[in-house]
Amino acid sequence: MKRYSVFAIAREAVRYHMGWERAWASPEPKPAYDVIIVGAGGHGLATAYYLGKNFGITNVAIIEKGWLGGGNTGRNTTIIRSNYLQDPSAAIYEKSRSLYETLSQDLNYNVMFSPRGVMMLAQTHHEVRGYLRTQHANALQGVATEFITPQRVKELCPILNIDGPRYPVLGALWQARGGTGRHDAVAWGYARACSAMGMHIIQNCEVKGVRSENGAVTGVDTTKGFIGTKKLGMVVAGHSGQLAEMAGFRLPIEAVALQALVSEPIKPCMDVVVMANTVHGYMSQSDKGEMVIGGGTDGFNNYTQRGSFHHIEETLRALVETFPIISRLKMLRQWGGIVDMTGDRSPLISKTPLGNCFINCGWGTGGFKAIPGSGWAMAELMAKGEPGPLAAEFNMWRFKEGRFIDESVAAGVAH
Amino acid sequence: MLTLECPYCGVMADETELSPGYEAHLKRFGPGASPEEFEAYMFARKNPKGVHFERWRHSYGCGKWFLAARCTATLEVFGTYPAQVSEPPADIIAKIQARRPDWQPDWKATK
Ligand SMILES: Cc1cc2nc3c(=O)[nH]c(=O)nc-3n(C[C@H](O)[C@H](O)[C@H](O)COP(=O)(O)OP(=O)(O)OC[C@H]3O[C@@H](n4cnc5c(N)ncnc54)[C@H](O)[C@@H]3O)c2cc1C
Ligand SMILES: [Zn+2]
Repeated sequence: MKRYSVFAIAREAVRYHMGWERAWASPEPKPAYDVIIVGAGGHGLATAYYLGKNFGITNVAIIEKGWLGGGNTGRNTTIIRSNYLQDPSAAIYEKSRSLYETLSQDLNYNVMFSPRGVMMLAQTHHEVRGYLRTQHANALQGVATEFITPQRVKELCPILNIDGPRYPVLGALWQARGGTGRHDAVAWGYARACSAMGMHIIQNCEVKGVRSENGAVTGVDTTKGFIGTKKLGMVVAGHSGQLAEMAGFRLPIEAVALQALVSEPIKPCMDVVVMANTVHGYMSQSDKGEMVIGGGTDGFNNYTQRGSFHHIEETLRALVETFPIISRLKMLRQWGGIVDMTGDRSPLISKTPLGNCFINCGWGTGGFKAIPGSGWAMAELMAKGEPGPLAAEFNMWRFKEGRFIDESVAAGVAH
Repeated sequence: MLTLECPYCGVMADETELSPGYEAHLKRFGPGASPEEFEAYMFARKNPKGVHFERWRHSYGCGKWFLAARCTATLEVFGTYPAQVSEPPADIIAKIQARRPDWQPDWKATK
């Protein structure tokens, strides 16, 4: 792999840009691998990358039914923050956020991490108390957040209407080192680095069945035939229920649609991320000038990658109230992703009933921010066969044992 | 927008008039149940890509709970039926099989 650098640009400039290589190879599958990861979204690719980087395991295939990064990783609104309430969540999201800080250098690929600050508005007294509690929890966890006044909110984001009429802004939980990143680049950067380590990224290849013998996986049946493996990692987000069914177990997960939309591009008017959970909408501005907007999930199982229209109406109603400036904006595009919602709104990074089969899923509406940390923890779990400290609490048996990592009480919106 | 017919009052109700209740025909467990049974009832979900049976409440109408048979891969609705049954009635099964000839009911095997 040729490194990207200012010298590479200069070199290519004098060669009419004829020397750029493909970012990753597209090999045909081998008969067997040491590790197969199903799903080339951010979490699957990051798992493979840290298997190679941290554990030297590179005889790895990442099998993807569509194109890499075409799932939720390429459909999200890219909010990165780590101001969660529960200790296990704060630990893994903060690990992830800190890995984002240097990810472009690590991968030699610009993921455009932009720590512009994330502001979660408190618009009811209940929310004020909730965020004060989170702020204190974050202080104990070593996550830098602060509860700020309405005046400071207005200074940081002048286009915000803090005076109501329905829900005046009473303060906000502010994480200055939160922000956004370029979602596609995260997938592409990890894919390029995995390919450079000799791993196989096999796109347009759907896993149709999981074969096992004596309680252990032997391989997967795919649209390109049977591929054997010593260890299997399922990292397929919305399709986790399907993969689990192939392997013969059930998950505490429902797949539902979550939508996002972007406006026509306008001049820079907002340089922070704002989440308004009471009225239920959130917004940031992309580098192209589009306002990037997200809202609520549908309340029923859905695999179609399109959600119900009334959510768009509700989200925009909420945001017009919060940001009156956007009332005349035209919306350019709208899309949906299938998110994997667990019973306690926290993910699974877990062993499964099959000995050499591991699962990483349940990131639901908020797993883009978790990609580096989740891949780090999942790689450790798969390499050692036992979870390290980051993954330990996120096992799938917590539902049976009643040890939930309850983030749903901590925030109405979890993006 | 999803539209379902309430089997009690006969209203064709838009999704905004209804409240979703997720998987239907779950076997309930209470005090004294094993952790496995309780987990199966409370959390472990079928979450199929295809034919699915769900609970819905006509919350901004007659207020009653009913059940619906739907395809989660296409959003097609096969039919709705009252909630006082432990498995889908024969006419609903027939409607599903008319549209999905390969589909077989599997609750007898799993329950
Ligand atoms: C509209 C929207 C907004 C969001 N906003 C945010 C946000 O602001 N911040 C945030 O942190 N998170 C956000 N999220 C959540 C985030 O996008 C996801 O949690 C994250 O991208 C999940 O990554 P993943 O790698 O697990 O899944 P995916 O990126 O979905 O990858 C899974 C891959 O598995 C493949 N696959 C599935 N089945 C098979 C099979 N049988 N064989 C082979 N391959 C298969 C799929 O094709 C897919 O590419 C949002 C999500 C959506 C939909
Ligand atoms: Zn009714």
